[in-house]
Amino acid sequence: MMFSNVWRAACVAIGLCAAGQVLALEPGQPAPALELSGVSAPVGLSKLKGKLVYVDFWASWCGPCKQSFPWMNEMQAKYGARGLQILAVNVDAKRADADSFLASNPASFQIGFDTAGDAPKRYEVKGMPSSVLVGPDGKVIHVHNGFRADERKQLEDAIVAALGGVKQP
Amino acid sequence: MSPLKTHARRVAGLSACLLASAAMTGCAWLSGPQAWEKGNLAKPQMSMGGDPLEQRFQQHISTSKEAASGGYGVGGGGCGCN
Repeated sequence: MMFSNVWRAACVAIGLCAAGQVLALEPGQPAPALELSGVSAPVGLSKLKGKLVYVDFWASWCGPCKQSFPWMNEMQAKYGARGLQILAVNVDAKRADADSFLASNPASFQIGFDTAGDAPKRYEVKGMPSSVLVGPDGKVIHVHNGFRADERKQLEDAIVAALGGVKQP
Repeated sequence: MSPLKTHARRVAGLSACLLASAAMTGCAWLSGPQAWEKGNLAKPQMSMGGDPLEQRFQQHISTSKEAASGGYGVGGGGCGCN
């Protein structure tokens, strides 16, 4: 009798360990809090209420992130007036790495810095880059992992579809 | 054998089994670096091979000969597409 209890406890412990690995951010759930230091002033979701926010997690060492910067500049220029704000969260452990990346890849959107890696943990980031589209109501609309040339259209379509829910200024 | 001795032997056997199964997992139970912690792994000097183009060529040949792909480097390291 006692042995079966021990085995049961072991199975529960193993199950709990395994369950921790499969979590992911789902569309419809509220976006986790995101308040970070920016280039000059603090940036965060609380300041962007009512806007469609494209949260992008990037690092200086990540090749596809570099490819995504010109595209994000283009999207910000194209849809900024309609209520889109791109917030690119840098996850480099050293701020200097991010600064040298930004010097050669200028960004016309907001940049946040998270050297501690708390934000990607809260957003359950599974790959680099990762993007999360957050609606004006603060809920997750779309989650995307990676950035490939053939996915630009799909990502832009998701932004355009979500812009329908933004009140025009 | 007294019931107490049998009991002690069972407990010892069970704990030995648990210990052995725990040891077999090695460090695999540690979750490994997260996607945003792979900055050092993404450095070119961390690559197993030399020239990236040559490596890709070899992978391509290997994929066609073995009819299987994957298992190169760290899963999801810096790309997000795998």
